[in-house]
Amino acid sequence: MIRKLGAMVIDGVWRLGFASRFLFLLLRYSGQSFLRLHLTLREIYFSGVLSLLIILVSGLFVGLVLGLQGYETLQRYGSSEALGVLVALSLTRELGPVVAGLLFASRAGSAVTAEIGLMKVTEQLKAMDMMAVNPIARVAAPRFWGGVISMPILAALFSAMGILGGWLIGVAFIGVDDGAFWSQMQAAVDIRYDILNGVIKSFVFGVAVSLIAVFEGYDCVPTAEGVSRAITRTVVSSALAILALDFVLTSFMFRG
Amino acid sequence: MANSGQEALVDLRQVRFAYGDREILSGIDLTVHRGQVVAIMGGSGCGKTTLLRLIGGQLKASAGTVQVAGQDIGGLNTAQLYALRRRMGMLFQFGALFTDMSVFDNVAFPLREHARLPDAMLRDLVLMKLQAVGLRGGHALMPSELSGGMARRVALARAIALDPMLIMYDEPFAGLDPISLGVVGQLIRRLNDALGAASIMVTHDVSESLSIVDYVYFVSDGRIVAKGTPDEIRASKDDFVHQFVNAEPDGPVPFHMKAAPIGEMLMGEVKR
Repeated sequence: MIRKLGAMVIDGVWRLGFASRFLFLLLRYSGQSFLRLHLTLREIYFSGVLSLLIILVSGLFVGLVLGLQGYETLQRYGSSEALGVLVALSLTRELGPVVAGLLFASRAGSAVTAEIGLMKVTEQLKAMDMMAVNPIARVAAPRFWGGVISMPILAALFSAMGILGGWLIGVAFIGVDDGAFWSQMQAAVDIRYDILNGVIKSFVFGVAVSLIAVFEGYDCVPTAEGVSRAITRTVVSSALAILALDFVLTSFMFRG
Repeated sequence: MANSGQEALVDLRQVRFAYGDREILSGIDLTVHRGQVVAIMGGSGCGKTTLLRLIGGQLKASAGTVQVAGQDIGGLNTAQLYALRRRMGMLFQFGALFTDMSVFDNVAFPLREHARLPDAMLRDLVLMKLQAVGLRGGHALMPSELSGGMARRVALARAIALDPMLIMYDEPFAGLDPISLGVVGQLIRRLNDALGAASIMVTHDVSESLSIVDYVYFVSDGRIVAKGTPDEIRASKDDFVHQFVNAEPDGPVPFHMKAAPIGEMLMGEVKR
């Protein structure tokens, strides 16, 4: 039992070390990857553009729910006009980056891990290496940067859709005053304190999810089971990383 | 050894390779000259593919030297190794074609990565390589639309895209039907002669290999146990070579895995 626990800890430390070394190599070879920008643009399309549907629809529903719950609570205190502030702050500070990050990890992170893992299983990475083409520069770095660039944009769109959802339920359906909804939001939401911090959060989540996704694919055991386990690890580790990082970042950013 | 009077392109001297304490190869001496097609044969797990990886620089020898074109592979840094690999081609067991690219783009890949060529010239070169393997007509297909033999031929066209001095083949005949097997075998020989290159193939296929290669090394338990020209191999009295060439189930490579006496196991306790 103790031996198993020790082995798990040692294995975890090894993997963390490998992941750090992998990040170093990713950054080192990113220049080569940026020189051929079409590779990164292609990954922005696959990770970002193709995730738009799930992000926009989820954002809308989260906004609708926030609108309903927020109105229900606020009207008890006679301040239902503050619904816009509540929806906007919840989304830009927390829900936008976190939920978009979780959805991004499930939709795009898992796909990246599966793709790189299958390339490893079918020896495509080895073939590339034997052709004197660095697989980290050619395969991993563009996917990493594709994710890092896409994530803040997706989080911003998620928040925008959520605010629209909150407006729909609050103003269009329930009847909260339209002017109050927007003007209170405009007055209370600070571009640096609220929006920029949200963007920083989503950028950090983008780095974490993209690193986990490419590393797990690159490091997977090259069998069907190995790829399947790697995909599971990507989703689970990304979710935990997002939530843990969110706590750390929130504690530094919003101390009242 | 028959060397066709050419320079030694690949030269392994007393090469040893181990994963931790587990020794995979020991005391390997092997030479391949320009113009030669050499086969490395042996049972599964005997270290053949490891040998190929050592020559390609994917693994480093634990002891001994691996020289390719006069350069010690073990002493090269990444940039030097990549410079050398640009002069090598490798055919993987199942082709390892890039599944998100068409046949044309797969063959064009090494050219696009390493040579700045005008589009028209690149197109002509790729079509010529595909013509050499008989698949010019399939340039627009995706790898998923190819049979195993066709995929192997496309991978061969990709391996020779940069006119390499050394071509390595990992089990080029595995899983092929007799027609595809003959086609791939003849291509290996013809392309090697046309390019003036050297070829090393790791294979189990005795009859096809002996018909196209110049020299054969037999590997067993990480050592070279026999070597010679195809005629010498056919005439060999060596027990291992005889068992391998004649596909006999029992011999120096035993049919039964090492175990306790059967009586003892049948009468004893069941251990799971």
